[in-house]
Amino acid sequence: MDLLEYQGKQLFARHGVPVPSGKPARTVEEAVAAAEEIGYPCVVKAQVQIGGRGKAGGIKVAQNREEAEQHARAILGMDIRGLTVHELWIEGASEIASEYYASVIFDRSAKAPLLMLSTKGGMDIEAVAEETPEAIARLHVDPLLGFCDFHGRRLAFEAAVDADVVRPVGAMLAKLYETFIAEDATLVEVNPLIVTPDRQVKALDAKVTLDDNALFRHPENAELRDLSGEDPQERMAKERGLTYVKLDGDIGILGNGAGLVMSTLDVVALAGGAPANFLDAGGGSKADAITSAVEVILSDPKVKAVLFNIFGGITRCDEVARGLIEAFAQINPTVPFVVRLDGTNDVEGRALLAEAKLPNVYAESTMDGAAAKVVELARGASA
Amino acid sequence: MSILVGNETRLCVSGITGSEGTFHSLRNRDYGTNVVGGVTPGKGGQDVDGIPVFNTFHEAVAETDANTAMIFVPPRFAADSILEAEDAGVELIIAITEGIPAHDELRVYNTLKKNGRARLVGPNCPGILSPGKASVGIIPASFFKSGNVGVVSRSGTLTYQIGNVLAQEGFGNSTIVGIGGDPVPGTDFIDVIGMFEEDPETDLIVMAGEIGGDNEERAADFIAENVTKPVIAYIAGFTAPPGKTMGHAGAIVSGSSGGAAAKAEALEAKGVRVGKTPTEVAQAAVALLGGAD
Repeated sequence: MDLLEYQGKQLFARHGVPVPSGKPARTVEEAVAAAEEIGYPCVVKAQVQIGGRGKAGGIKVAQNREEAEQHARAILGMDIRGLTVHELWIEGASEIASEYYASVIFDRSAKAPLLMLSTKGGMDIEAVAEETPEAIARLHVDPLLGFCDFHGRRLAFEAAVDADVVRPVGAMLAKLYETFIAEDATLVEVNPLIVTPDRQVKALDAKVTLDDNALFRHPENAELRDLSGEDPQERMAKERGLTYVKLDGDIGILGNGAGLVMSTLDVVALAGGAPANFLDAGGGSKADAITSAVEVILSDPKVKAVLFNIFGGITRCDEVARGLIEAFAQINPTVPFVVRLDGTNDVEGRALLAEAKLPNVYAESTMDGAAAKVVELARGASA
Repeated sequence: MSILVGNETRLCVSGITGSEGTFHSLRNRDYGTNVVGGVTPGKGGQDVDGIPVFNTFHEAVAETDANTAMIFVPPRFAADSILEAEDAGVELIIAITEGIPAHDELRVYNTLKKNGRARLVGPNCPGILSPGKASVGIIPASFFKSGNVGVVSRSGTLTYQIGNVLAQEGFGNSTIVGIGGDPVPGTDFIDVIGMFEEDPETDLIVMAGEIGGDNEERAADFIAENVTKPVIAYIAGFTAPPGKTMGHAGAIVSGSSGGAAAKAEALEAKGVRVGKTPTEVAQAAVALLGGAD
């Protein structure tokens, strides 16, 4: 789960990473009150999980109360690349002498945390990585050993930060690593990490991604989840514990197991269709999960036909059939369904469906056949 | 022969007294796997349909000489259970549990690597099946028969689908290995492909990958340098949009790297055939081996 800038900064503050002091605000009144408390000049920053906020006009400096109010009014409700701004972060303006970049990422390939530091902060770090990769100092940390002070010194010298801030930059890296480990993060990124004219180092931005699987260890972080920016179908699916990703097409897809569902999307696309979603009902789905999943798929008005592709291992095909029958009883779908059931209890599942004689439900025995059929039905519906 | 599990397997199940743990342990035993014990702290001395339960892996190993562990406990206990099995001297640990925190996986992976005495397969994997010999995990074993095709896959149900289309063409399997869809798998394609290369019963290797990470790309380099047997690859996720996690924690496309097209290209560049659908994999197998033996 991705945190908003201010949530990341609040985590940083808890672990001793220096950040400018600030306050979150959800209304113009709250924003003005926060600005008055913090003092001027202050910065009014849109809180959305997307880059390019500054360019879009989502970050403004206020010199006084009138400007703070004016900026808060303009930014709240603003659309930044498809995301609506619901929250602001008001913080004291910082003077900047240098802008650096620092991060800790979960490097799957090396199977170790990777620390990165560069003096080319404040800009698009991907572009820096591409054009001048040598400008980014990199170092893997042995997760069994943890961060050592020499890691910080080595990176600071290799990145060639100003000599007088080698020590505080190293100290900040240590605290970023501590945040990464203590909060079960998979990404902790600071861009820019600033050096002020009086030679203080501060995290002026914060990008933190937390591991959803570890939220049980961090109940306070679990509450930070912001569903407001998510697609309505994705939100509904998440509330029901299903893995759903919205796509652009008109064929609803349900399968069990991420790999098989991805494969189903590909096979449908090769058959000339356009999948409307990825939905993994997961292992061992019971009938009610399937009923829920059908509701989520059909809540997308673009869906013209639905494909069920199930290969039961831990999932039992008779449970899937029961769920589909229940979904028909509850929501009476008007679009056609193509159902392919194989694996554990497939004979029972197919028999249940045959007995139920659901309108507009077609049984297919192979994945390729099912894909061809659902594409044909979706085309028929749009003709 | 087969790889990893077979007639020599002596299995001890962590979480054997849970409902899923019991169900699958007994299914594995019914298939013919030698299930010698289980571990549930606090339930030592009990038994599950005749399988003795121990409080610790150390006790279980001392009493039963178990050489293989299956981990079936909930995610918050799984890393500890894997480390316990390794500490007790179990050589092969197969972790079925899904949803283990990424940092736990990192700690487990690096500890096992440092100690160098146990292999972890998974986590978040369907297990390993050597048809006719042993099944450890949740693979629906009755769909597969023994044969000369070795299968290694990041996804459970996709493995069944590929095994199924191969079976329809008459092929059986030496061993089917699910390495799991998590970001830090204990065992990756390279390890398993290397074992299939050495296995006299395997004539053809099928690897089923998916978007995310660089395991398939690294496997391509490994195959080019070390593998003489034919390899057919399948990659799921050609239609996956970048930046979205597709169910498996590992299945995320970041930018241009980790995408299906890039993986297919890397494999084809090293002479590995890539099927665009599971059916194409089976057709390629027929083309290479001229039908089942």
